[in-house]
Amino acid sequence: MDRRESIKSLLLGSVAGGLLLNSCDEPAEKVTEKIWEYQYGRNKKEASIDKLLLETTFFTPAEEELVACLANLILPPNEQGTIEEAGVVPFIGFMMVDYPDFQLPMRGGLMALNGKANKNFGLDFIRAEEAQQKSILDQMAFPIEGVEEQPQEVQFFSLLRNLVLTGYFTSEAGIKELDYRGNMPNIWDGVPQDVLDEMGLSYDPAWIAKCIDQEKRNETAVWDEEGNLLT
Amino acid sequence: MEIIENSTYYDVVIVGSGAGGGMATKILADAGLKVAVVEAGPFFDPADPAQQTQLKWSYESPRRGAGTKRVFGEYDMAYGGWEIEGEPYNRIGDTQFDWFRSRMLGGRTNHWGRISLRFGPRDFKGKDRDGLGENWPIGYEDVKPYYDKVDKLIGVFGTKENLPNEPDGFFLPPPKPRLHELLYIKGAKMANVKVIPSRLSVLTKRINDQRGVCFYCNQCARSCSVYADFSSGSCLIFPAQKGKGQVDLYVNSMVKEVLTNEEGKATGVAYINKEDRREYSIKGRILILAASACSTARILLNSKSSQHPNGLGNSSNLVGKYLHDSTGADRMAFVPALMNRKRYNEDGVGGMHVYSPWWLDNKKLDFPRGYHLEQWGGMGMPSYGTGFDPNGLNKYLGEKVGGYGNGLREDVKKFYGSVVGISGRGEAIARKDNYCEIDPTTVDEFGIPVLRFHYKWSDFEKKQAKHMHETFEEILTNMGGILLGEKPGADRNYGLHAPGRIIHEVGTTRMGSDPTKSVVNEFEQLHDVDNVFVVDAGPFVSQADKNPTWTIMALAWRTSDFIIQELKKQNI
Repeated sequence: MDRRESIKSLLLGSVAGGLLLNSCDEPAEKVTEKIWEYQYGRNKKEASIDKLLLETTFFTPAEEELVACLANLILPPNEQGTIEEAGVVPFIGFMMVDYPDFQLPMRGGLMALNGKANKNFGLDFIRAEEAQQKSILDQMAFPIEGVEEQPQEVQFFSLLRNLVLTGYFTSEAGIKELDYRGNMPNIWDGVPQDVLDEMGLSYDPAWIAKCIDQEKRNETAVWDEEGNLLT
Repeated sequence: MEIIENSTYYDVVIVGSGAGGGMATKILADAGLKVAVVEAGPFFDPADPAQQTQLKWSYESPRRGAGTKRVFGEYDMAYGGWEIEGEPYNRIGDTQFDWFRSRMLGGRTNHWGRISLRFGPRDFKGKDRDGLGENWPIGYEDVKPYYDKVDKLIGVFGTKENLPNEPDGFFLPPPKPRLHELLYIKGAKMANVKVIPSRLSVLTKRINDQRGVCFYCNQCARSCSVYADFSSGSCLIFPAQKGKGQVDLYVNSMVKEVLTNEEGKATGVAYINKEDRREYSIKGRILILAASACSTARILLNSKSSQHPNGLGNSSNLVGKYLHDSTGADRMAFVPALMNRKRYNEDGVGGMHVYSPWWLDNKKLDFPRGYHLEQWGGMGMPSYGTGFDPNGLNKYLGEKVGGYGNGLREDVKKFYGSVVGISGRGEAIARKDNYCEIDPTTVDEFGIPVLRFHYKWSDFEKKQAKHMHETFEEILTNMGGILLGEKPGADRNYGLHAPGRIIHEVGTTRMGSDPTKSVVNEFEQLHDVDNVFVVDAGPFVSQADKNPTWTIMALAWRTSDFIIQELKKQNI
């Protein structure tokens, strides 16, 4: 069962338990379907701003090709997921217009990188052999220890690496690879016992005695006059 | 341009729909009154799929959750921020204040931390303890019945602890601690810092048939679509609309000023409709301001008339004065024992499951007021920023930092969930020279004069922040953590955030029994005009080391009961 299906079934499962509340008269299933339309809750003003941003392209075709090439060197494709599947290049392109402070270091950095490739090998970076490309990256991929302000090429590579990795690990493939298990209706009932054992930790019985009994979560709360919960 | 007058005459006109405005709406409408709610932002319902962000994945948006537009991240449910286009504010000299506003039905309650703490007996009488600031004209016993009612109506989880200044209430059971919270409990205990289950307004258990029960997605900041957290729209205003009174919502309506008659009494408000940019008025018998402490001060100060040449309710010259925010500082640590974690869903509720109330005696310290500790960490949903500096923590392991290639995948996975943090939130002393006032040089895009702020921290707050950092270091180290970043020194005010950053600003229309030393009386009624009330955090005499929301609502309920009584007696 894929993630969307599993969430859908969990949501519907919770309806049976009386969890989901509909403010409108639509059947629960229809509301659940709607959650998965592509939309991300923008208000009118935000939607019009984002529309403009989405219509704006920053990278030239050549720059975009170069970013894709670099992204694939930073995170080469494997069975877990690829830069293309993760939509990393369009995401970086969007961030350039969404956060204009990125534009100059990115554009200048790409240009400087190409300059270096041309000087060293007489070729644009993208046309150089992989070994040649890596020889250039090796000079910019490691921060210099003890230096407060890193050289331009290190800063540039760091920016690019950040955007590539965050683009990947916020994608469907990346989240699956990271194995994040949440963002779905569930019932939290504490840290798994094997994890506690491994960490040498345990719950204080007196503390746990005060915590929610998840069997009773759907019973309406009733208190006595002193605030003791009766249900 | 003519002012368009609304033909309906209301019993009550309420400006603002956050915690205070929502509570007043609920109580007064349930009493059968005809209520108008005037809100500067659009209508919002977290159950509306078009507005909802709950359960969205980061990849469902082009910016992957980045905070470039909404400052706490794309899915945070506040339409606004510290800066709003077209709605500027200024600062006097080199003083600092950052003013957060959320323009939407429910205001900031849609995204807040749901930390729902009662003020204790000591919090109402700070001056009695240390001679600083001012006492409230009321005490805990006056507010207790209303805290009890708020607990039952809204729902809050917590535990009975019998602590002297952290009163217990009508609690739902709390969720069990997460892994990093167990480490925190251990580390805090070693430092002799008390830890108890959190008190958050999240429904771990059903309280009625109108609201759902928490399903542990950790996203209260996105406002819950099944109404399992407290947001003013979903928990107060919508139920009020279904009650026996009449509630009319005026959204996208930016209030400009209070209108008054020859006797100086309020007759209603003038507002700008943001859709057609024209000016309208709404009339009513009673006016309640709940626009947030600074917005309410702004409206009052902009409401000048021959009867109130100084602004409405400002004969004391104190509207806008005594502005204060909670203090705040934070620190992070890398916990090597949390590397390579076994994966499981630990989203939990939106916020911490445990916290530390203030545990020391200020008489033995060099600062007068306390702070509480919050903590954070865990295997949260990857969002913009995840994977930044993917292996910077390698330096603590003696391994290489930087590079490229598929080793980075392993780095990100290795460190996921291994960084924790602690935040301190404390009480500042209210001072007359920390204030907001009208800036005669600037108007907003609706032509309304804006605020300018004058705010400086004193040594009390700086010393408190220094103490916070010492506590953070001790606990984080006890947890097996390696401290990240530098301990901030005097040059950085010991890491004390700028005023306004904790978003607990209060005090601008403070409460008191002496009309020359306060703006409202103990029922939040203007001393100068008996049909105007303020039910946001403006009337707070002092903002304790708590969060203000629960007290805003308890007082708003108390004031609403007073209004109903006074109407029955025909006093207003």
